[in-house]
Amino acid sequence: MATYDWLFSSLGLDGWCGASGGSAPTSLSDLAGQSRGGEAAAPTIWELPFPSMDALNDSCQAFPQSRELTLGLERGFLNVKDALSFVLDPITQPLSWALDSALYGILNTPWWIVIPILLAITWLVSRSWGLLAFVAVSILGLAFIDHYAYAMQTLAIIFVCAAICVAIGVPIGIAMSRSDSMQNATIPVLDMLQTLPPFVYLIPLIFLFSVTEPKLYGIAIILYAIVPVIRLTNLGIRMVDKSVIEAADAFGMTDRQKLFGVQVPLALPNIMAGVNQTIMMSLAMVVIASLVSAPGLGVLVLRGIRNLELGVGLVAGLGIVLLAVILDRTTKASLARINATHKA
Amino acid sequence: MRNDRHTKTTKVEIKNLYKIFGAQPEEMLPYVRDGMTKAELMETHQHVLGLNDINVEVKEGDITVMMGLSGSGKSTLIRHLNRLIDPTAGEVRVDGEDILAYDEDQLRELRRHKMSMVFQNFALLPHRTVLDNTAMALTVRGHQRADYEDDARAWLARVGLGGSEDQYPHQLSGGMQQRVGLARALASNAPIMLMDEAFSALDPLIRTDMQDLLLELQEELSKTVIFISHDLDEALKLADHLVILKDGYVVQQDEPQKILLEPADDYIVDFISDINRARVLRVRSVMRGPSEGRGTVTGEIGPEETLENVIAKSGGEPSASFVVVQDGRQVGVLDMDDLMRALVPTGASESGMRSRRASA
Repeated sequence: MATYDWLFSSLGLDGWCGASGGSAPTSLSDLAGQSRGGEAAAPTIWELPFPSMDALNDSCQAFPQSRELTLGLERGFLNVKDALSFVLDPITQPLSWALDSALYGILNTPWWIVIPILLAITWLVSRSWGLLAFVAVSILGLAFIDHYAYAMQTLAIIFVCAAICVAIGVPIGIAMSRSDSMQNATIPVLDMLQTLPPFVYLIPLIFLFSVTEPKLYGIAIILYAIVPVIRLTNLGIRMVDKSVIEAADAFGMTDRQKLFGVQVPLALPNIMAGVNQTIMMSLAMVVIASLVSAPGLGVLVLRGIRNLELGVGLVAGLGIVLLAVILDRTTKASLARINATHKA
Repeated sequence: MRNDRHTKTTKVEIKNLYKIFGAQPEEMLPYVRDGMTKAELMETHQHVLGLNDINVEVKEGDITVMMGLSGSGKSTLIRHLNRLIDPTAGEVRVDGEDILAYDEDQLRELRRHKMSMVFQNFALLPHRTVLDNTAMALTVRGHQRADYEDDARAWLARVGLGGSEDQYPHQLSGGMQQRVGLARALASNAPIMLMDEAFSALDPLIRTDMQDLLLELQEELSKTVIFISHDLDEALKLADHLVILKDGYVVQQDEPQKILLEPADDYIVDFISDINRARVLRVRSVMRGPSEGRGTVTGEIGPEETLENVIAKSGGEPSASFVVVQDGRQVGVLDMDDLMRALVPTGASESGMRSRRASA
């Protein structure tokens, strides 16, 4: 006899549960009781189980176990999977192309062209000799220890994903700043994206797309990294000085003139801070994404863990740290340059 | 020139304007119309009475100053003129047209072509140069840099900022930033200029400079200026027509001279009791008719001169007497004893806030 038999019999549900209720030995204690011959001792109040799905199932076979819940979810997902990937596959295909071509491009261009281009970009956005020297030493150092290709793959993925994050995130942030209901609807989604463990949303993606496709990890990185740029664009535009907005209105600016002439330029420091965060988060995700075939330094880290190759894992890990520092300092330097012209 | 108000055309007319802030402003309107005050409305219905039955006529080419302490509704009022705030009830007419009936496009046209505005905290665009800020009204209308550059440079030079065109606002002092604000408003070439506490954030000396600059420009351009201020000295100096607000209603509006000589109630009396009357009052307000001279004439003065000037001319001689001459014609006489009588302060009223404060 299980604890909650009385509940079903008092509701007159015995027939629905099936007459065999309680006779099939399903739990370990039942089996133990049977082997000792006779009923298990009635549980005391201290052992009263919570009336959970499993506990109720003990008393009534027809009541679903909690495993049914996860199974149901899984079956439901499998049922819509084909329809979903029929829609999502073409939409996300450009992402695969972008990642493929970025990886192809950066690996098939000779190092003596790629490295100067990277240094030139650093100089253009930061205008700082110190930072330029640091970036040069870091990249040349990574190349010297034969991590050049891995580092470039990681960089290529980050550039593509961060660019897409900005291209999608800034408009979403702008839309949020213009409508409170849009903001209220979006914030829970952003909260969820930010707190969901990164591994968890790899799972449905693996079902939807083939693991060999780059868009699988591309989507994972974008979902994870897009949040800060959306949040900070929204915040930045909402924080623009009300009196400047009033002046823009008083001189008869249209909404479009106000957005691109006043709000976005004044929110630029915040938007750039969001871009910085987005790049940092893509870097964090690109390592996890190596689980689903993302190339780059993450692969080496994974190898270090799988084969217990301590040296390989550590060096690759330090390489990621170096990339993180480079990307962070470069974007912060450009942020500082924007701030200098934006003092109120 | 200053006392011909009835002959001028009305540029902006505010009629029975009410503004109530809160959850259900319309439902509060009947209470306010029945005479509920700002404090009572707050107490009983938790709504803020912003403006209470405002009626003001702004004449073309005048500087109309709306004056009041903080919370009197003056900044709310000026924002109704270009509809940065919409009223709860009432009418605002510009050139005879009801602007409350305007749709979005008409309103934008009004703001682009008929009105410009100067703000207390400057409200310049921090990411644009001084030149681009000055040309804001022109770029908003779609002009290219080549079209507006000369214009903007000329206006900057006119307000004394030649040479700062390529600087950014944060590189300028507060006074210079407000000059940019003024140049920006002038460059729009709009006939009406709204100035919301434009000089209140500036140091006293720079404020005086800016007031002089405004009067000088006004002499040249004859714009219709609506100026908000909490400073009575500033209001008296600038105003052709002075509107004094308190708790959202108009206490008294008239020519400044009139308000000084005939204050409507204790509130005004308290307000003006600190004023240097000799600097504000003018000969025309206190002179007698041409045939009423009694003393021996010691000199000639103009009707627009301040009493302070006359005292200086008299050299302190108590028996001096002046003929008032305008355009070569004698329009009146002024004896020193009349002048002295006009300078007697009205004194703080018994029930006014000053005497209350003194006894507290």
